[in-house]
Amino acid sequence: MLEIPETRPLTLSDVTIRLAERTLLAVSATVMPGEVLTIMGPSGSGKSALLAFAGGFLDPAFDASGRLLIGKEDLTNVAANRRHAGILFQDPLLFPHLSVGGNILFAVPPSVRGRETRHALAERALAEVGLAGFFDRDPETLSGGQKARVALQRVLVSAPHFLLLDEPFSKLDTALRQQMRELVFSRARAAGLPAILVTHDSADAEAAGGAVIEIGGEAKP
Amino acid sequence: MGRPISVKALKGSRTFTANTLLALILGLPILAGVAGVVLPAFGYLPALGRSEFTFNHFAELFAQPHILRSSLTGLLAGLVTTGAAVAVVGTFLAGFAGTPAFSRIQHVVSPLLAVPHASAAFALAFLVAPSGFLVRLVSPELTGFGRPPQWLVPNDPLALSMLAGLITKEVPFLFLIALAALPQLPLRQSRQLTAALGYGRLIGFLVSLWPALYRQIRLAVFAVLVYSVSVVDVAIILGPQLPATLPVRIAQWTADHDLGARFLASAAALLQLGVVLAAVAIWLLIERLGRFVLRKLTYSGRRLRNDAVPRLVSAFAMAGCAALIFLGISILGVWSVAGLWPFPRALPAELTLQTWLRTLPPLWPVLRTTTALALLSAALALFCAILLLHRNGAAERRGNVPRYRLLYLPLLLPEISFVFGLQILIISAGLKPAFWSVLAVHFLFVLPYVLLSLSAPWREVDPRFERIAAGFGKSALRTLLTVRLPLLFRACLTAYAVGFSVSVSLYLPTLLIGGGRLTTIATEAVALSSGGDRRVIGVYALVQASLPFLAFLIASLGPQLLFRNRRAMRT
Repeated sequence: MLEIPETRPLTLSDVTIRLAERTLLAVSATVMPGEVLTIMGPSGSGKSALLAFAGGFLDPAFDASGRLLIGKEDLTNVAANRRHAGILFQDPLLFPHLSVGGNILFAVPPSVRGRETRHALAERALAEVGLAGFFDRDPETLSGGQKARVALQRVLVSAPHFLLLDEPFSKLDTALRQQMRELVFSRARAAGLPAILVTHDSADAEAAGGAVIEIGGEAKP
Repeated sequence: MGRPISVKALKGSRTFTANTLLALILGLPILAGVAGVVLPAFGYLPALGRSEFTFNHFAELFAQPHILRSSLTGLLAGLVTTGAAVAVVGTFLAGFAGTPAFSRIQHVVSPLLAVPHASAAFALAFLVAPSGFLVRLVSPELTGFGRPPQWLVPNDPLALSMLAGLITKEVPFLFLIALAALPQLPLRQSRQLTAALGYGRLIGFLVSLWPALYRQIRLAVFAVLVYSVSVVDVAIILGPQLPATLPVRIAQWTADHDLGARFLASAAALLQLGVVLAAVAIWLLIERLGRFVLRKLTYSGRRLRNDAVPRLVSAFAMAGCAALIFLGISILGVWSVAGLWPFPRALPAELTLQTWLRTLPPLWPVLRTTTALALLSAALALFCAILLLHRNGAAERRGNVPRYRLLYLPLLLPEISFVFGLQILIISAGLKPAFWSVLAVHFLFVLPYVLLSLSAPWREVDPRFERIAAGFGKSALRTLLTVRLPLLFRACLTAYAVGFSVSVSLYLPTLLIGGGRLTTIATEAVALSSGGDRRVIGVYALVQASLPFLAFLIASLGPQLLFRNRRAMRT
């Protein structure tokens, strides 16, 4: 795996998100490296909007105020492609036009130079999750669990500064879900990454083991 | 709250620039073209040394024999074509959308869109002519004809063959536009609801879904109306002669060696603009009437369960369009290899490659120009469409989908009016007809279709792919090139093939801007129609019809080859 670049806490400072004058949520929290902050709420509560705010792709229909900091660096007005946010969605969303290895290579930062080095890094990332030899496979031929693991490794090799997890386990079946939770959280911890997890499943929150903020209903303007 | 507001303003201005760009690309030449006919119509054309304002050219125009009849024939043909196409497509959708029969007919009708108008018109002419295939098929057994009857078909004075030619081509066009709009309607729920209330399929669809569907296809309906009121190539091949329709007569005047005829042609082009406006006004009235009738029908609560007859008629009409064109194209093929083929025989007495061998050498340079124009104009249009869609992406992401209404501009004005104006401007500027000017005018007509074809798949790409790429630090351009465009590879190829087909079938713009020096398969084929050598026409029309098919074939094979090992990219 890549050497861990820097581990800094992620801070949501007085983040308020409104939709058409209605306040959806107001959050202030600091997530330490290796910790997971869980945001729980029903659908429509604006929890995905919070992730979009953190990722830099909030729909302009929302009004957001407050600041997002990584360490002391203010990311609030930084473009999405300069934030180093690693995102996992409900679906693995492997690029269908690339091979499994191509998906990983796409994510390896350009600072890792040399075809050989990059290739080796991608092979190692696949081997780490039991997918050695899958480099040239068509992502479409993988099982759901295999795809989820590739998606996780793809995010991790991109050397993100923090993780945004948008209900990444909700579409997996029960057995697989438990496995993936352990894998994702242990690897995030090992990499020393602060993570924000949004979910409506309290089992996710328990497995994450960090602070939990429940939103929806009680947040009033 | 400064940030969100500034973001909104920024994204607003981005859409603004993209749409402004589109307005400039499409609007300027069109405005210039219209100005280019308005001024000469009133006698102002300094390039020919005239600059005094006069109504003389209109007086001259109205003194032309049968000018009223020429104008009215086109007007009526356009209205009838549009009405029939809307009725057939509407009834068919109402009767069959969501059924297995629907998808079967859909597969038969879709390729028709790629058949150039001129090829389709020849196909029809070869079927219905007195010595055509249909008469031969039943002669002499049923008809007793030992020699071709003296019918004035095609080119009948009532314009019935022209109507048939137009309807068979406009039905597939409207159908495919409606097909693109259909997924946005709650088809299944409405069907179940109206069926549960005891309504027949037709009336149930009409009451619950038709108004929303019509709103979506309305611009395309007007494009059909304007096109069929102003059509030239189909009218030359199938339409009445003596008098021909007004657009055909304008095309003849523009080709007149006497440069003074350009003033007459300009006045006539302006009259054609008036005819189109009249057609639009009448169609607006028809729309009102339709709304009124539909409302009456809705409020009356009549269930109209016995609708089998109109449903079947519409299905036969749809399938009939396909059958006519495909049969006709086969007959074109047969004529191209026919040796001796005396009248009542259904098939030639002998087959020969003589016509092909004789026709191919002079056809080559024409074919080269045609493909060069089509390849380049489609490539330019695809590039431009990607640029516009990329710039408008921000606005689409906030759910504010740009409607690209401007796109229809070149399709909502009669070609003959503004392209002729462009020709006058080009000549006035002292420029000679050249490849690049024909390419530019092709681009003008190709871009709308390419953009229409690409915009729906563009919106369907999952935005999360791009968010993931942004998370990896990829720039917007890199994301476009490495994520979005590969995902849209198939859609881009299809859009390219659409653009290619449009360019191959462009007749009037090529004729007017090319000024006879630059000939394509479209101008050559139509020019042959008066000569009447069926074997040569067969070769030209068949080659013209096969070019778009080749383009679509390559477009569908591309992903298979390039993404041989990527299952999700091949479907």
